Amino acid sequence: MPDKIIEMLDVNKWFGDFQVLKDINLTVSSKQKIVVCGPSGSGKSTLIRCINRLEEHQKGKIVVDGIELSENTKNIEQIRAEVGMVFQQFNLFPHLSIVDNCALAPIWVKKIPKKQAEESALKQLEKVQILDQARKFPGQLSGGQQQRAAIARALCMEPKIMLFDEPTSALDPEMIKEVLDAMVNLAKGGMTMIVVTHEMGFAKEVADEVIFMDEGMIVEKAPTKEFFANPKSDRTKLFLSQIL
Amino acid sequence: MIKSLNFLGTPSRDKLNLFVSIGAFLFVLGIIDVILNSFFEINITSVLPRGLNFFTPLIFSFIGLYYIRIEFSGNRTLDNLNKNINSNWFNATLTLLIIFVLIQNIPPLLNWLFFDADYVGVSKEDCSREGACWVFVNVWLKRLVYGLYPNSEIWRINLSFLMLIALVISGFFVPPKIKKYIIIFLLFVFPFIAINLISGGNFGLVWVETMAWGGLSLTFIISIFALLFCFPIGMFLALGRRSSAPVIRYSSIGFIEFWRGVPLITVLFMASVMMPMFLPDGTYMDKLVRVIIAITLFEAAYMAEVIRGGLQALPKGQYDAGKSLGMGYWRMHLLVILPQALKLVIPGIANTFLALVKDTPLILVVGLLELVGMIDMAKSNPDWLGFATEGYIFAGIVFWIICFNMSRYSQRLERKYKTDR
Amino acid sequence: MNLKSTTLNITSFFSSKQKFRYYLPQILTALGIIFIFGYFSYNAQVNMDNRGIDFGLRFLGEEASFDIQFSLIEYSGTDSYARAYLVGLLNTILVAVIGIFFATILGVVIGISRLSSNYLISKVAEWYIELFRNIPLLLQLFFWYFAALRALPLPSEAINFFDVAYLSVKGFYIPKFIWTNFSVFFYSIIASIVAIIFVFKYARKQQESTGKQVPKFFISLGILIIVPLLTFLIGGVSLSFEYPVLTQLSKTIFNFMGGVAIIPELMALALALSLYTATFIAECVRAGIMGVTKGQKEAAASIGLTPGQILRLVIMPQALRIIIPPTTNQYLNLTKNSSLAAAIAYPDIVLVFAGTAMMQTGRAIEIVSITMFTYLSLSIVISIFMNWYNKKIAIKEK
Repeated sequence: MPDKIIEMLDVNKWFGDFQVLKDINLTVSSKQKIVVCGPSGSGKSTLIRCINRLEEHQKGKIVVDGIELSENTKNIEQIRAEVGMVFQQFNLFPHLSIVDNCALAPIWVKKIPKKQAEESALKQLEKVQILDQARKFPGQLSGGQQQRAAIARALCMEPKIMLFDEPTSALDPEMIKEVLDAMVNLAKGGMTMIVVTHEMGFAKEVADEVIFMDEGMIVEKAPTKEFFANPKSDRTKLFLSQIL
Repeated sequence: MIKSLNFLGTPSRDKLNLFVSIGAFLFVLGIIDVILNSFFEINITSVLPRGLNFFTPLIFSFIGLYYIRIEFSGNRTLDNLNKNINSNWFNATLTLLIIFVLIQNIPPLLNWLFFDADYVGVSKEDCSREGACWVFVNVWLKRLVYGLYPNSEIWRINLSFLMLIALVISGFFVPPKIKKYIIIFLLFVFPFIAINLISGGNFGLVWVETMAWGGLSLTFIISIFALLFCFPIGMFLALGRRSSAPVIRYSSIGFIEFWRGVPLITVLFMASVMMPMFLPDGTYMDKLVRVIIAITLFEAAYMAEVIRGGLQALPKGQYDAGKSLGMGYWRMHLLVILPQALKLVIPGIANTFLALVKDTPLILVVGLLELVGMIDMAKSNPDWLGFATEGYIFAGIVFWIICFNMSRYSQRLERKYKTDR
Repeated sequence: MNLKSTTLNITSFFSSKQKFRYYLPQILTALGIIFIFGYFSYNAQVNMDNRGIDFGLRFLGEEASFDIQFSLIEYSGTDSYARAYLVGLLNTILVAVIGIFFATILGVVIGISRLSSNYLISKVAEWYIELFRNIPLLLQLFFWYFAALRALPLPSEAINFFDVAYLSVKGFYIPKFIWTNFSVFFYSIIASIVAIIFVFKYARKQQESTGKQVPKFFISLGILIIVPLLTFLIGGVSLSFEYPVLTQLSKTIFNFMGGVAIIPELMALALALSLYTATFIAECVRAGIMGVTKGQKEAAASIGLTPGQILRLVIMPQALRIIIPPTTNQYLNLTKNSSLAAAIAYPDIVLVFAGTAMMQTGRAIEIVSITMFTYLSLSIVISIFMNWYNKKIAIKEK
């Protein structure tokens, strides 16, 4: 049986009075690719941000790679080094060049010598096909190039899990493809991925399982083919009809 | 270490009531200890050794706060309290220190300011010296507001200001067509009326020299005049600085950088001592007029930079659109560019106005006495020595009220115009 | 010849209407400026001739014949006006440096407090800013000088700091440092700084090649303490102190003799300038830290950096770029505001030169011009530096 790399049990989260996650139960196996979709405000971003503890859950249990996330977790940075994240707004560091963006964490967190970190960074940049932009600064790149750089930056820490929070939502249409291609390559390479997105084409091509969320709850969870062929809940059917 | 001493266990949600009640009790105990110590000289913990005694309120309240620090207790007030002032040990300590300092200092301060103070009287003897002597301010109030203006003529200053207020208020309530006329009247006709009214010499009014003008009314007079004129001058300078014509551009830059590079005091010295030398022999320009001109030009330079910021922030597309519609330079700027640019820099403009009001007290170095200058004079009066503190606190309160409200108003303006976009 | 044809002639002279609109305003402005300057100069000349004053800077060599209450260098009434100018300038720089130092520290603390999650702390910081920002600086200065510092005790009952320093209404008296072989000590400090620079370079090299981090902070601290200390032991440097001593000057007047006297004027000015400017610096700091988007912090956290590393490597570089330009502007404002010294008789350049010297010599134009020129030079130097610095660190964009 493939080992469970992420386990979420009865996870609940509130923002003040507003409950944003309701009784979330989710298990992710190693090398699995999961797509999370749903209307805005459904809590999908919050869900994956709980996995690397950018948000804290109030109730329930989250276990990542065998370590339970809780208030007393001292080595939260260690967990974050194993979980990579790509943001909707890229969030590259504007005052550093692309290659420095990628090498920063390996140098300061993993204490790798600079030359070695730079070499690995250049390799990652080559994989996402922006090697020629390596010495430039984020402000000089297009949106698609910046997002690919962000993916390379996360990959430089050699994570076991990659989280994607609507990675293409802030991009112009002609740049979405280049980023999705990079993600598809990553998937084919065997990375465990959880992707929050509206790109259903990507889901059909790469995802093992699709999750539909609405109002903080997981409404439907099914293997990809079944999800698109036989959506069970009415809400799922409504959502699919709106975006397909 | 505290955890090991903690025989009640870690504060948690299940025993909520227990922890909160013990915690609250200890917290309040600490506060009462401080109060008793500071005001009633009672020391409930005097049995303990000296060092420990000093820290007991801190220890009690600190432990109390530790007990009520329960995350996600479910009680909204408690959660808010914890998140805001009690989220960790560092915050709890700081909170306690602030509370204790406030407890120890606020009541004596209030006593001095209000409760023990003397309000009514005519001379120094009416002040008991236990609290603030507001008699001083009362007695001098007329001078502080009107300067050395003769008492019998004060109605003229009052009349001018009433007219101004009436004009400004009416400007808000009349239809836009009449508004234009009111603004023109305000800018061009009213100053003449006001000047004639206040200095007199014509129409049977007694002439009052400008050196006699003073106090808060002088602060307002200078501020309002400078405000009115530094704005258009600043606008021209800002446009000039962005001009592509080298002569205009560099003379604007030179002018702006000159006024911005020197302190206001030297500008005032220049106005009072140097300017007469530059005027034809025999002509005499009233000192107040010279000072107002100097202050206006000084603030206009700062205003120019603020407006320039707005002009720069406007997207180039606006200029392109205006030009493509066939608008000339002035029409484009008046109708398209300036309205938008000015809205962008409302906070900057308000700040410059605020700085202007705060700069007016400096005129006392050239012998003109506005509010601060009058207080200086009052406190040096042999019959009233020793009341400097009361005088300055009064002036401080007056200025604070004026400036604080100005900045609040500008924040409101900014919010109003933001929603328009 | 009618007006229309004249206009046409002029425009054809300029070879196009565009050029006409381009050159004419400039010519008019230039003429206007020349006219105004000419008019002023002419009047000034006439006025000065009438009063028998001549124009020139030779007066600077003449004897000043007035005393200055507080001076960093040797000065007496027999020195020249030029030296008096220097004394004033040094006093201005002194109070500006002290003010900048304290204003920065206080401003940073308050700015960060404003952003604290602790409600009480952020409120207290907010009240501080609102209080000190809305009251004129001159008023604050008067309050400190005439009200607060006047409440200090007489020298005979001065506040005692470990018997080496005394605070009274006449001033703050601290011990005077008397050095022997000061130059050796001075060079040792320079040597330590150079050594520290090398330590940093070495640590960086180490990190780049092996990834390990050398504890450069502690090593630097060690060097800075030990090396100067060594000069005392083996360099022949020694330090003795002249302590202020309460002496009876007359039947009822006591004061401190010896030591260094920090006059109340300087204290009040430094205090007022620091507290006032700190409010503006606090707002700059707050804007800088808030200006770094939340996403930056999250991205840095998501790749595993510790909070300390996030602050040092990601937040501060970006925040400083936003903070430094307006803060430097505030430093400039503080320096200009130090001219308020004239109102409380602290002998800065305005009081000494544009005040006393001008009253004695009557040379208004020269003196006021020199004073304004001094401040202008300071402003321009700092502006140039600011522009260079901004260009150098600007975040590169397309």
